[in-house]
Amino acid sequence: MSTLVQVNQVSKIYYRGTIEIPVLQNLSLDVPEGEFMALMGPSGSGKTTLLNLISGIDRPTSGSIVIAGTDIAKLNETQLAKWRSQNIGFIFQFYNLIPVLTAYENVELPLELTNLSKKEKKQRVEGVLNIVGLSDRMDHYPKQLSGGQQQRVAIARAVVTDPTLIIGDEPTGDLDRKSAEEILNLMDRLNREFKKTIVMVTHDPHAAEKAHVTRHLEKGELMVNGDGK
Amino acid sequence: MKVIKLISKNVFRHKLRSILTIFGIAVAVMAFGLLRTVVTAWNAGVDASSSSRLISRHAVSFIFPLPFSYRDQIQKVPGVTGVSFANWFGGKYKEDKPENFFARFAVDAETFMELYPEYLIPSDQLDRFKKEPNSCIIGKKIADQHNLKIGDIMTFTGDIYPGTWDFTIAGIYTGKDKYIDETQLFFPWSYLDERVKSIPGYGSGLVGWYIMQIDNPKSASEVSQVIDGMYLNSTAKTKTETEKAFQQSFVSLSGAILVSLQLISYVIIGIILLVLGNTMIMSARERIREYAVLKTLGFTGTTIAILIIGESLTISIAGGVLGLLLTFPLANGFGNAFPTIFPVFQVLPSTIFMMVGFSLLVGLAASIFPSWKSSRISIVEGLRQIG
Ligand SMILES: Nc1ncnc2c1ncn2[C@@H]1O[C@H](COP(=O)(O)OP(=O)(O)OP(=O)(O)O)[C@@H](O)[C@H]1O
Ligand SMILES: [Mg+2]
Repeated sequence: MSTLVQVNQVSKIYYRGTIEIPVLQNLSLDVPEGEFMALMGPSGSGKTTLLNLISGIDRPTSGSIVIAGTDIAKLNETQLAKWRSQNIGFIFQFYNLIPVLTAYENVELPLELTNLSKKEKKQRVEGVLNIVGLSDRMDHYPKQLSGGQQQRVAIARAVVTDPTLIIGDEPTGDLDRKSAEEILNLMDRLNREFKKTIVMVTHDPHAAEKAHVTRHLEKGELMVNGDGK
Repeated sequence: MKVIKLISKNVFRHKLRSILTIFGIAVAVMAFGLLRTVVTAWNAGVDASSSSRLISRHAVSFIFPLPFSYRDQIQKVPGVTGVSFANWFGGKYKEDKPENFFARFAVDAETFMELYPEYLIPSDQLDRFKKEPNSCIIGKKIADQHNLKIGDIMTFTGDIYPGTWDFTIAGIYTGKDKYIDETQLFFPWSYLDERVKSIPGYGSGLVGWYIMQIDNPKSASEVSQVIDGMYLNSTAKTKTETEKAFQQSFVSLSGAILVSLQLISYVIIGIILLVLGNTMIMSARERIREYAVLKTLGFTGTTIAILIIGESLTISIAGGVLGLLLTFPLANGFGNAFPTIFPVFQVLPSTIFMMVGFSLLVGLAASIFPSWKSSRISIVEGLRQIG
C-alpha cells in the first residue's frame, strides 16, 4: 500500500500571550492508503491538534504534512479551503449539523462547492443517506433525530464528496453503546467496501478494536507500540 | 442556491427575536418618515412659492401697513407685469379652537387670483367674487372640513378689525397639485377698506403688503432695489424680496424646532442601527461554531460574510417596507387631524427614498462588524466554542 498521509517532524506550539504551550514535538506519522487507524491517548495529549493539522484546519509551527502528494502547509487560506472541500471528510464528536437545515440539506451542503449538476447532487445525497440507513429521515431536522442518527447524517455529509481521507474526532464519544456500535460498523464498512482511509481519535478501547491499527499519543509524542504492524 | 436558503432559514431561527427586530425597525422607520414629513410639510409653503413673485412690506415690520398709493407707482417699475396686495385679517371662526384656525386675507379681488395661477377656480365663481363686496373664496379643505358650499355665509368675530364680519362664499378654489395650501380664505380688500372707515381710530387706504409679478425671475433683486429705492425717504419704507425669501422669514422663526426634529429623525436612524446591530452580533456569536463547521467543509470567510450581511439586509428591508406601509395611513390621519397647522401633509418621494435608503444602509452597517469578525474566526477556535 502506498502512503497517503506523511506527517514529517511536525511541531505545534500554541501561544497564550507570551507563554509558549508546546503541544506536539517533532512528531512523524505515516498513514497508508486504505488504512483504518485509531489514535488514543490521555486528555490533553494532542490528539485533536494532530487531527486538525492533518485535515488542514490548523497549521503546524514547523515540519511538513504531505497528503496524496500535496504539502498542505504550503497552501494559502483559499487553496486550503478548496483542498479541504475535495479531500477531507470530517466527523465531529458533537455531530455539528446545521440546525436549520434538514438531513438532506446538511448532506447536500458540501456539494455546493462542487460543479455537480442538480441531478448528480440528488443521486449522491440519496445514495449516501441510503448507505447510512436514513433514507426515510431525509426531511427531518437535526433536533428531530437521535444522537446516533445525527452522527450518521454527519457521516453521510463527510463522505458525500468522496473525499480522500476521513477524519473522526471521537465520533462515538457522545453516543450510547448501541449507537456507537452502529457508527463503528458504518465506518468499518466505509473502509472495507468503499476503500476509505480513516483516522479516528477515540477514548474507547472497544472502538479502537474496530481499527486495523491503534497509535498512542502521550504528551505530544507517539508511542512506539507496533500494535497491528 | 443554498446560501439564499440558509439566509432565509437563519432569519427565522429565533422567530420572536427577528419579528421584534423587524417591528422595531418598522416603528423607527415610520417615526423617521413622519418627522421628515412634518419638516417638509412645514417647508411646503416655501417650496410652493414662486420666484417670479416679489413681496413688498413695511421695512420695519410686517405688521405696519403701506399706503394704497404705492400701487400705481410700483406698477410703473420696469419688469413688473402685475401688482396685487393683501392684508392679514385674522378673526375668529366658530369656537376659538386650534382646528378652527386658518389663514384669512383681504385681497385685491380684481388682481389677486391672476397673480396666483396655482389656485384654480371656475371663472363664474371668480366673477361673482369680484362683483359681490362681502363675498369670499375658500380653499377646498376648509369647505370639506366645515361642510361648506357656495352661497353659505361664514361669520367671523374680528380681532385686528373689530366687529362681526359675514362673508358669502362665492367660490371654492383647489390647488393645481397636492403641494398647494387649500386652507385659506380670501375676501375683497375693498370691503375691508369700506368698513374700517366707520371704525374710529382706523385709517383707510392701508395695505398689508404688495405682491408683484415680474417678467424675469433673474431680475428679482434689481426690481426689488428699484422699488425699495423709491421709498427710501418716505415714512413708510419698503422691504422687497422674493416670495420664497418672504416665506422663509416666517419659517425660520421655528427653525430651531425644525432643526431639532431633523436631529431626532437622525437619532432614530442611530437607534435602529443599534437595535439591528445588537441582534446581528448576538446571532453571529451564537453561530460561531456553525461558521467554523462551514469553513471546515471548505466554505470561505466570504460566504460567511454574505450569510450575515444577507440576513441583516433581509431584516432591515422587511422592517423598512413595513414601516413605509405604516407611514402612509398614519400620515393621512395626521394630516387630516391638523389640516390647518399642516395645510399640505404629504409623504414626499424624497422622504420615501430616504426611508428605503436608510433601511438598506442600516442593514449593511449593522452587519459590518459581525460579518468581519465571523469571517475571520479560526476554525480551531470556532470548533472549541461550546454551543
Ligand atoms: N487554541 C489553543 N490555545 C492554547 N492551547 C491549546 C489550544 N488548543 C489546544 N491547546 C492545548 O493543547 C493541548 C492538547 O490539546 P488537544 O485538544 O489536542 O488534546 P486532546 O488530546 O484532543 O484532548 P481530549 O482527549 O481532551 O480531546 C492541551 O493542553 C490544550 O490545552
Ligand atoms: Mg480532543
